[in-house]
Amino acid sequence: MKGAEARKETRRKVEQSLGRRRRKELSFRILGVGATALGVTFLLVFFASLIAQGASAFMQTYVSLDVEFSREHLVPDGEPDLQFGDFDALVRGALRAQFPDVTGRSERRELARLVSVGAAYQLRDALADKPELLGTRLAVFLPASSEVDMLFKGKIDRSLPEEQRRISDLQLEWTDRLVAEGRLERRFNRALFTNGDSREPELAGIRGALMGSFYMLLATILISFPIGTAAAVYLEEFAPRNRWSDLVEVNINNLAAVPSIVFGLLGLAVFINWAAIPRSSPLVGGLVLSLLTLPVIIIASRAAIKAVPPSIREAALGLGASKMQVVSHHVLPLALPGMLTGAIIGMSRALGESAPLLMIGMVAFIVDIPAGFTDPATALPVQIYLWADSPERAFAERTSAAIIVLLGFLLAMNLAAVIMRKRVERQW
Amino acid sequence: MAALRGTTRHAADRNKMALTTIVLILTGLAVAGYLAGARRAYASVGGPSNLRRLHSLPGYHGFFVAICCLLPALLVLLLWVVVEPRAVVVLVTQGLPEAARGLSEGELNLLINNIRNLAAGDVVSGQVDAMLTDAALRYTELSRLGRTLSAVLVFGIAVLGAVLAWRRIGTDFRARHKVESVVTGLLVAASSIAILTTIGIVASVLFEAIRFFREVPLTEFLFGLNWSPQTAIRADQVGSSGSFGAVPLFAGTLLITAIAMAVAAPVGLMTAIYLSEYAPPRVRDVAKPLLEVLAGIPTVVYGFFAALTVAPVIRSAGEAMGLAVASESALAAGLVMGIMIIPLVSSLSDDAIKAVPRAMRDGALGLGSTRSEAMLHVILPAALPGIVGGILLAVSRAIGETMIVVMAAGLAANLTANPFEAVTTVTVQIVTLLVGDQEFDSAKTLAAFALGLVLFVVTLCLNVLGLQFVRKYREQYE
Repeated sequence: MKGAEARKETRRKVEQSLGRRRRKELSFRILGVGATALGVTFLLVFFASLIAQGASAFMQTYVSLDVEFSREHLVPDGEPDLQFGDFDALVRGALRAQFPDVTGRSERRELARLVSVGAAYQLRDALADKPELLGTRLAVFLPASSEVDMLFKGKIDRSLPEEQRRISDLQLEWTDRLVAEGRLERRFNRALFTNGDSREPELAGIRGALMGSFYMLLATILISFPIGTAAAVYLEEFAPRNRWSDLVEVNINNLAAVPSIVFGLLGLAVFINWAAIPRSSPLVGGLVLSLLTLPVIIIASRAAIKAVPPSIREAALGLGASKMQVVSHHVLPLALPGMLTGAIIGMSRALGESAPLLMIGMVAFIVDIPAGFTDPATALPVQIYLWADSPERAFAERTSAAIIVLLGFLLAMNLAAVIMRKRVERQW
Repeated sequence: MAALRGTTRHAADRNKMALTTIVLILTGLAVAGYLAGARRAYASVGGPSNLRRLHSLPGYHGFFVAICCLLPALLVLLLWVVVEPRAVVVLVTQGLPEAARGLSEGELNLLINNIRNLAAGDVVSGQVDAMLTDAALRYTELSRLGRTLSAVLVFGIAVLGAVLAWRRIGTDFRARHKVESVVTGLLVAASSIAILTTIGIVASVLFEAIRFFREVPLTEFLFGLNWSPQTAIRADQVGSSGSFGAVPLFAGTLLITAIAMAVAAPVGLMTAIYLSEYAPPRVRDVAKPLLEVLAGIPTVVYGFFAALTVAPVIRSAGEAMGLAVASESALAAGLVMGIMIIPLVSSLSDDAIKAVPRAMRDGALGLGSTRSEAMLHVILPAALPGIVGGILLAVSRAIGETMIVVMAAGLAANLTANPFEAVTTVTVQIVTLLVGDQEFDSAKTLAAFALGLVLFVVTLCLNVLGLQFVRKYREQYE
């Protein structure tokens, strides 16, 4: 009887606690859902805000003006002169013709600021293409200045007092008149993809940074892929189990976790100061990034080599192949897709890296588009860092656009890696 | 001016061109060597029908000749490229008149630079006198001589190596063994790059740091409470000494790391628990890759987001609650960094949880515990070492993170524990001290390397410890 009593008591206690325990279970579960949702929500918010901010940068406002390619300004001494012709005067003249009521000196200067300083270059290029334009009148779409651009895109608050916005009341009025006449138009922002960096937001582009990143990644893959795969082959297939190979292994694992900025210090002290490789060049950037990605490539390549079943090695050895022949004829071809996947992942890490590049002088303001491994260059993430520091509103928009481009590249690389892995994944 | 520029390009390109040409010709020689070697191997046994009498396949003989042609020549070329510019400078300096050689090191460097620029046809700072022209002529002549000499030497060695190798080829020559041992040597060399990198890091950081500690005592650096590295140009200016007490930096780094870990550790751990224990497969298949995307976003993008989106939100929220928030608060940087680290913590915790034998979990559930009880009282304690290891790795990541703090945390070295104030970190200071043109001998620049040394040592310890935890624990159940 006593046992039954005790059992009942236990049962009662368990039932009593059951509600509490279920509530605890539920709240634990909710915590888990919340934590997962937090990460995912952040990601969504992040992408939404990025696209909301950056999408408009792919369009640029253009002003349609009737430009007269007047001989007076373009033919200073007898023959048309592309270098010294006063193309700015053409733009000013077109604006004055558009707003004949503006007469004061300072007002006219303000008026000229509606159009980008790049407009004159555009006119020069147009004339260089078609010399017969000289002396004619033509309706041309010229890039608007970044202030007009921001206003037209609705990113400037009109209700602010004049001194708190970057566009004056007069300019506001003129812009409204242009809008009323249908002379403002949004077009695809080609400058973003064809120009190098510039102090003027409407002329600034990522071409230079893209080319810099391209040369740097090319150097990185050329250095780190052969060395990384060779190291992986040695460690997996040849290395005797001794202190040396243990040391190498510990080193690789630790290097994978060393902060990237420390690699920048190494690059500054060794590659620039000691080996005298030109500062800011894609070559030195590529060297630093290849040291940075080497551990990633070695670890991925070792996994790929490990996945090749031993039976293949044994079969080849049994038929009389030497160890080296087994590796080069059988193991490497089978492991190559996996190694390439690792290389792509390493490259995508290198593409997003910026901290070590700050150390080796790739933060300079560089207008020219690099054309080789030793030209001064910058990289796409560093360009983002530089633009993010600029006070102009128009640069914030362009920074987001550059980030979208960068993320696009990263996404493409990772997708390529995933597809490659799926296609070559093989059940032995 | 334009014409001058043009010649500069030529002068710079000439060296590159010469180098490319030499390498191309070497490659051609190696190919020829390969063909000649293979052919001699065939000939030594009297044609392909008697191939069995050869010890190694003809291709190996070819490779042997190619390697003997290429390897020593390339080594000599590399040595030449490294040594030549220095040698030319030394020779030119010796040719300078007595007065010029007595200059200080800095002035001499300037002079050498001018000579080099003049020789390249570039713009020269200062007066071009007879001495400079003379030296520039000498420089050009020596460079040209060097180019010719290097070409002759390299090609000589290549041809010599190929011929010697070619003559050894015969029926009994074990070409395959030779080739394979060379390849093995190359593989060993590739694998020791990792060790060389570590040595390079330690050496470069340590040497400069030691130079720094000669000027600033170690104790002041480690325990000083005042950080203002701006050294004045003239000795009599205010604040000419600069002070290098790094405690505010350490405190700032710790503060931001603590905020980041306060976000990342619980969220990452709970995410791992939810995804491994509760989530239906379809949710897991969506959520896991999404969280991995979080890990793939470049840090500069997080920095932009922290500085331009999160910081203003925190600032206005703080103002609404009547708190004074700095525009570059530690909180913004820490929060965003925490989100960046979530995937790292969650994937390492996930590994640790998955490694706990299923029997333990099933046993707990069979005894009537709820899933959360099984998790909290059985699985997590068993997985704890792995989780701790993962968190240590995450801390090391947070300490070494650079771009987020450079963009979102400030430069002010405040010694504070208030997350709403601006603090600065070790990595931020390294970047600000080294970006821009610096001479390499000022305490300001060297301080960056001392900070780098501290950063490297601390993260190394955390990594070693973390990896040890993770690995030891994995072995326990295997």
